[in-house]
This record gives sequence, structure tokens and C-alpha cells, in this order.
Amino acid sequence: MTLAAAAATAAHALAVPASAAHPTLTTAAAETHGFLSPTGVEVAFLLVGLVTFGAALVTVTTRQLVHAALWLVVTLGGLAVEYLLLTAEFIAWVQVLIYVGSVVVLLLFGLMLTKAPIGRSPDADSGNRWAALTVAVAAAAALVWVVVDAFRATWIDLDGPAAGTTAVTGASLFQNWVLPFEALSVLLLAALVGAIVLSRKAKAESSSPPVNSRTITESSPSVPDSRNHTIGGNGPVEGTGPAKQEGAR
Amino acid sequence: MNDALDVALRLLIVFVVFLTFPLIVGQTEHKVMAHMQGRLGPMYAGGFHGWAQLVADGVKFAQKEDVVPAGADRRIFQLAPAVALLPYLIVLLAIPIGPGEGAVGQVIDAGIFFVLAVMGVGVLGSLMAGWASANKFSLLGGLRTAAQLLAYELPMLLTAASVAMAAGTVSLPGILDAFEWWWLPWQIVGAIVFFVAGLAELQRPPFDMPVADSEIIFGAYTEYTGLRFALFLLAEYAGIIVLCGLTTVLFLGGWHGPWGADGLGWVWTLLKTAVLAFVVIWLRVTYPRLREDQLQKLSWTLLVPLSLAQIALTGIVKVVIS
Repeated sequence: MTLAAAAATAAHALAVPASAAHPTLTTAAAETHGFLSPTGVEVAFLLVGLVTFGAALVTVTTRQLVHAALWLVVTLGGLAVEYLLLTAEFIAWVQVLIYVGSVVVLLLFGLMLTKAPIGRSPDADSGNRWAALTVAVAAAAALVWVVVDAFRATWIDLDGPAAGTTAVTGASLFQNWVLPFEALSVLLLAALVGAIVLSRKAKAESSSPPVNSRTITESSPSVPDSRNHTIGGNGPVEGTGPAKQEGAR
Repeated sequence: MNDALDVALRLLIVFVVFLTFPLIVGQTEHKVMAHMQGRLGPMYAGGFHGWAQLVADGVKFAQKEDVVPAGADRRIFQLAPAVALLPYLIVLLAIPIGPGEGAVGQVIDAGIFFVLAVMGVGVLGSLMAGWASANKFSLLGGLRTAAQLLAYELPMLLTAASVAMAAGTVSLPGILDAFEWWWLPWQIVGAIVFFVAGLAELQRPPFDMPVADSEIIFGAYTEYTGLRFALFLLAEYAGIIVLCGLTTVLFLGGWHGPWGADGLGWVWTLLKTAVLAFVVIWLRVTYPRLREDQLQKLSWTLLVPLSLAQIALTGIVKVVIS
């Protein structure tokens, strides 16, 4: 769509107060929208954005590990609300489903499995604070620049037919963006295969050392080193052969 | 004004359903379990079959002291029951019980995703409770909850996706509009997988490893007393309603029935939901608890392949008939 056509339609929309007169237009030129007279949705968008931003800040600055994960829930939920306000309903629910329902649960699972003290955990702080801040600011700047550059003057028309329904999202995903979509799925497959390979390798490595140490200690019972004591010390199996010890366990 | 009244009325009805139906399921569970196990249970409160025992239990819960352990993370400990309960209230909004716009709290375009996403949030409540209690048993319960959710979320999603493929839409009323009777045998494997995975997500027996009382006392809820504990129990029963309602809508045709299609559709929905809720109670009385490794094995080696096979079958049939 050319800019002139967009401007013409926008002018038409201005002239006709009822938004029902629109053709199937989802974007219009920005100059018809004043920044000084925001609609309710825009105000809500800004407020939710502020909350999301604040929650994100708390996520990275709080000294309590599990609180950080829970603030991440607030952040991701805020993002989902922003998607909803932009009528991208499908994206919003998938955001909640994948990030809040799975990623955060996985994160909490990992935290609880390893180390999740109640209260502050100052030892979890990293010395790379400033480097991390630099990287974060650079990444944010790059993202903001890309988004601003890409969507310079487009404006989502919230009054017309919803631009982000499942049907619209699906159609554009599998018509215009099918190649990036497939590339992403290959990337995920590679990550999956990589994870399996890594976990199998770690399993093989972790299971072999005990076997070796046991055969060493059992084949040389005359050497009273500490390892022999810890193995032989828990019962009447001391001094018995490897076969009997296997049977006992 | 009329719109506002309409919305308020819908919210009120959903709220009343949310407050009463879980209690009905709870009472039914008491009675059904008593009969199946050949014991009486409380029979005196209120006279006829001890119907007022539920009220007495409620009063008892309300009277108990609300204790927060000294070592607990106070705020998260207190917030957890709300996080566990509220998602089910929100999910009820999206479940249609009859044909037309009048019989659903709110028509949501991506209904399946909405329902499954919000249900997944409820598990965060158990995790928060398990962590914030500062109790080893609670922490173990929280860990088991998380592991169980990660294992059973996938088959649930896949089977729901199978129905969405069959109907060509992800909206719950849309799925019911497209329903034909022969979907029942076509999607039966998906239905069973969905129901079983849902049971596991609710931590109902035989999948109640996270609250296994003979091992870890009461899992994530060990430290809870009084009303907050009652809220967790209520969340479980509300979860039964939501799961049975969803299975009805997705797989059993919701308000479709052999007869009485005009005006009586909601009776069919309620009837199917009630029968499924009875099955949930029945399973609790019948089956022993699965061990943690059996639980994981069942999901990853049986339910996930079955749901993938169901998706393949759905795809093939869909291509053949179109």
C-alpha cells in the first residue's frame, strides 16, 4: 500500500466519524494520530508497559533468587497483557502458556533442585555486574532501534477487525514467514539433539568413575587408604570379594 | 448500560458456579467414597445422610488459626493459595455450556490456548507454597509438582491440538459447532490421554505423588492451616470441574446429545461433566498411587507417543475427508 493511499484512507476515516466506514485497513499514517490525545487503550498500554519494565528491573536487581523468578512471572504476564492490548490474542496466550507455564516452572524447578534459600543470597551475585549492564543496554538499544526503524509510522487500528486473531496470525505465519518459521524449527531440533547428546555424554562420564574406583579399592585390599575405609566400613562385607559385594547391594 | 449489566450478570453466574460446583463435587466425593469403601462416614450433621457435614467442615476451617511458620517467606506463603485458586475461576469464564453466545462467560478467539495457559499458571501456586514454607517435605512436594507438570503439560497440549486440527478452529464454541458424533471414536485416544494428563496436572490420585501423605505428609501444603488450606482444597475441586468441563467440550461434544438439542443443551454439558467428575472420584478410590518414576515413565513413554499418534491420525483423516 502506498503512503498516499494510506493518507487518503486516513483522511477519509477522519472525515467519517464512525470507524465502520473503513475498508480492510489495519495500518494508517501516523500523522492522523495525535500523541497529546491518547485513547484509553494507549494509556493502558503505557501503564502496563511501566509495570512490566519495573518488574523486569526488580527481577534483575532483587537479591532473593526465587523472588527474581516470581517477578519474571509478572514481567512475562505484563508482556502478555501488552499483546492483548494490541489485539494479538493468540500470541498473548501462547506467551503465558510457554513462558509462565513452562519456562518459569522449569526455572523454579531448577532453583529448588539446586539452591533456593529463603531470604537473601549475596553469594549469588556476579562480579560481572557492569559488563552485564553494558550488554543489556546494548541489546536493548539494538532491539529498540530495529523496532523503531521497522515500524516507523505504522499504527495498529484497534477499532477495526482485530489484526492479531489466530486466523490472521496463522495465515501470515504460513504464507509470508514460512521460511523463518521452518529455520527456527530446525534450530530447535538442533538444540534438542544437542541436549540429548550432552546429557548422554555426561551420563557416561558420571557413571564410569565409581566403577573404576570400586574395582581399584577392591582389587587392592591391602592398601588401607581412606576410600577403602569408606566402602568397607559400613558392614560385614569388608574383605569379601567383589562378587559377594555385588550380591549384597 | 445494558452491556454492563450483561457482563455483570455473566460474571456473577460464573462466580456462583465457581463457588457451588466444587463444593458439590466435594460432597459427592465424600459420599461416593464412603459407599465404595463400605463405610459410613459422617452421618449425623444435618440429619439426612449427614448432608451438613460440608458446612461443618467449612466452619471448622474458618475457625482455625492461620499460622505462618517463622522461617517461611511470609508474603509468598500467604499469596500462594490465591495463585492456585484464581486461575480456575478465570478458566470457567471460557467454557461454553450451551449453544450460542448466551451460554458462555466470554467467547475467546484462541480459547484452547487461553484455557491451557491459565490452568498452567495455577501450578505456580503449588510451587510457591512448596518453596515458601521452609519445610523439606514442602520443598519435595513442590519439586514433584514441577516435575509432574513438565511431564504432563505436553500430552495435554498435543491432544488439545488434535481436536483443534479436527475442528479447524481453536475457539471452544467453534469446536462444538463443528462437532460430529463420529469424532468420538476418532478422537477417543486423545480424549483418554487428555483426561489422564489433566488428572496428573491436578495431582489427583493415582497421580497424587506431590501430596503423597504417607511419604511427604501433604507435600507443598504441609504447613498450611485454616482457610488457606481450605483454599488449596477448593482449588483441587475447582480443577476437577474445569478438567471435566474441558474434556466434555473438547472430546465429548459438549451440548450435543442424542435428543433435546434445542434449549436443553446445557443439561447435556452438565450431565457429561458430572459423569466425568464421578469417574475422577472413582479412580481415586480404585487405584493405588503411582511411584514417581512410574509417573514420569507413563507420561514420556506412553502418553506422549499416543498423543503424537492421535495427531497423525487426525491429520490423515482430515486430509482424506476434505
